[in-house]
Amino acid sequence: MLRLKNVSKKFEELQAVSSVDLNLWERETIVLVGPSGCGKSTLIRLAIGIIAPDEGEVYFKGELVTPENLMEIRRKIGYVIQEGGLFPHLTAIQNIRLVAEYLNWDSDKIKNRIKELTDLTHFPVGALERFPLELSGGQRQRVSLMRALMLDPEMLLLDEPLGALDPMIRADLQDELKEIFRSLGKAVLLVTHDIHEAGFFADEILLMKDGKVLQQGSIRELLDDPVDDFVKKFISAQRNRV
Amino acid sequence: MISKTKRLLLGIVIAANFCLPQESMAGDSKDEVNVGSKKFTESVILGEMAYYLLINNGINVIHKAELGGTQILFKSLVQGELDIYPEYTGTILQEILAGESIKNEDELKDKLASMGILMSEPLGFNNSYVIGMKKEIAEKLNINKVSDLRNYPELKFGFSNEFMDREDGWPSLQRKYNLPQRDVRGIDHDIGYRGLENGSIDVIDLYATDAEIDYYNLKSLEDDLNHFPEYQAVFLYRSDLVTRNPELVKSLLRLEGIISESAMIKLNAEVKLAGKSEGEVASRFLERELNVETEFYQVTIIDKLIQNTYEHLFLVVISLSAAIIIAIPLGIVTYKIPRFGQLLLGLIGVIQTIPSLALIVFMIPLLGIGAKPAIAALFLYSLLPIVRNTYSGLKDIPLQLSESAEALGLPSKVRMMKIELPLASRSILSGIKTAAVINVGTATLGAIIGAGGYGQPILTGIRLDDTGLILQGAIPAALLAFGVQGLFELLEPIFVSKGLRLGENS
Ligand SMILES: Nc1ncnc2c1ncn2[C@@H]1O[C@H](COP(=O)(O)OP(=O)(O)OP(=O)(O)O)[C@@H](O)[C@H]1O
Ligand SMILES: [Mg+2]
Repeated sequence: MLRLKNVSKKFEELQAVSSVDLNLWERETIVLVGPSGCGKSTLIRLAIGIIAPDEGEVYFKGELVTPENLMEIRRKIGYVIQEGGLFPHLTAIQNIRLVAEYLNWDSDKIKNRIKELTDLTHFPVGALERFPLELSGGQRQRVSLMRALMLDPEMLLLDEPLGALDPMIRADLQDELKEIFRSLGKAVLLVTHDIHEAGFFADEILLMKDGKVLQQGSIRELLDDPVDDFVKKFISAQRNRV
Repeated sequence: MISKTKRLLLGIVIAANFCLPQESMAGDSKDEVNVGSKKFTESVILGEMAYYLLINNGINVIHKAELGGTQILFKSLVQGELDIYPEYTGTILQEILAGESIKNEDELKDKLASMGILMSEPLGFNNSYVIGMKKEIAEKLNINKVSDLRNYPELKFGFSNEFMDREDGWPSLQRKYNLPQRDVRGIDHDIGYRGLENGSIDVIDLYATDAEIDYYNLKSLEDDLNHFPEYQAVFLYRSDLVTRNPELVKSLLRLEGIISESAMIKLNAEVKLAGKSEGEVASRFLERELNVETEFYQVTIIDKLIQNTYEHLFLVVISLSAAIIIAIPLGIVTYKIPRFGQLLLGLIGVIQTIPSLALIVFMIPLLGIGAKPAIAALFLYSLLPIVRNTYSGLKDIPLQLSESAEALGLPSKVRMMKIELPLASRSILSGIKTAAVINVGTATLGAIIGAGGYGQPILTGIRLDDTGLILQGAIPAALLAFGVQGLFELLEPIFVSKGLRLGENS
């Protein structure tokens, strides 16, 4: 589905991503973890072509991503940005149907799709006409997710979709999200810095540090067989907290 | 939301077209005659005389009263914006044709004729410059002649701006009489009298027929070295009038030789001191001297207010709509192509630093006099706030929003219309509001070049030292500025999404 081949990205002197290879298959969920600033968001931006790699290539369904096919490919990808990225001047429902309207979907089709999505995400229908600032944090996350799912994309890129939520809601949404991923069967690339969450969602985890992938594998592999001290510390630091 | 914006703009443009004043519609129609006058009372009275005389002959006349300086009028006459205006021989020789060595009247007429201008015979009075001061002080210091001023270097001089610059004005007067005074200021002629009253000025320049000489109890100093040339009042008119309408020229020339110096002083006093209108004074004079039945009618304050409001709104609405239509795209370009944009912002910023009065006058060579140059200047003035606010509104869109917009796969045009411009709408609207308020104030200067508006009563009020008249322009202008401000506050809910306003309140 998605293939990053040896991609690197530098911001001035800072090597934000260096020589990363990644293969995301259909129905697979890969989770990126790592400390703040290690390059997770940058990798996601590279995947959806908001920034171009200095080196390496990005393939979507076997096709090299170029400026020409970029727009079309983006509509096949649902992207939920860190901190939501909802447009404050549009209501929840306007946010969700923005691209569908641009693509001239007829209004019944739009209505039905939104109905499906509110059912799927357990979003209160009454709140659809509210503006983002009138919604709770959890509701905003759901709207972002519905916007990403509107065109029924083949792949989802989720950058800390459960970022600033209180633990109760977060746990609820984790369950819901997992359910959604399973029922929809999409390829998912998800970023978090919570190792529990990573373990909860992931078929495979990529642990990054300073732009590089330190270790790749299931949560068990990371626990049982950390490649180095950093991996061990990163995981145990979060485990021992409780 | 955007289509609403478009519709409103369209509405403004259409409305503005409907209320085009008739004179700008009529434009260059053949049988229309434009009389001009300078912005001092005597010139306006002479202009009104020509106006009533010609209108009585069934000619379609427009009097563009109270225009700026000599150069503006003369150029307008040469270019055909004006057909007739009153002038003084001394001004023609010393200022308009300065540098040409003209020895006698025939040479003067030839020179003017080569420019397509004819000159009437003198109207009957010599309004030369005189130097004057308060009688009281003159007697105390025993000053009778200009040369007596040499003994009092501490006296403060306040001369009209025109007098400061002209060939026969202050510089040559100073040389001829060898005057030692250092404190010499350029001021508006009409403000000079008040300066004398309150003692901030001791000596001013006057015209020989000024109504104020008696009123302020002034003494005219004798020009004992014969410095000032003659200033015979004449009419200058375009020579093509002779072929266009010989009858017209004939009736205009009936004014030759019939206005004596004392008659002119009286006419000036009736306007400046007795508060009559120039039109009334001029038409009564025509009735008395030429037995001409004039159709003079007194214009009420309300009529004038409506007229001024109409002209003012015309200037503001047209210039502001044009600025909005041009400046928003320029703001977008500035955002999209920052390097070009910075250049553009710099350039528009430079325009902003030109004093508004100067900018308006700069437009005259390009666009003549009247509403057009005023609109052009106001348009240029309104650009900066709108371009800058459009640019900053777009630039300040949070990164995660522009990124989500991009990631949705919308092409950049759609992103601009559906996301970026609406997000910047508050900033853009406040730029337009700033531009509108500045525009309403600056438009008062348009009167100087014949664009009318609330500046007209202000200009006349300064000339006549009539505070009431100044307020007739100043108060509506201030109210209009408030109104505009209020209007934009009402428009905000329409153009700025509620979702954005929520954020502002919390
Ligand atoms: N546009 C940019 N220009 C310059 N530096 C950038 C830019 N974007 C990111 N960086 C830097 O690149 C590094 C990686 O950033 P990135 O956003 O990918 O981190 P992250 O792993 O997502 O962190 P977090 O968990 O805090 O979200 C950081 O040091 C960041 O400061
Ligand atoms: Mg990040």
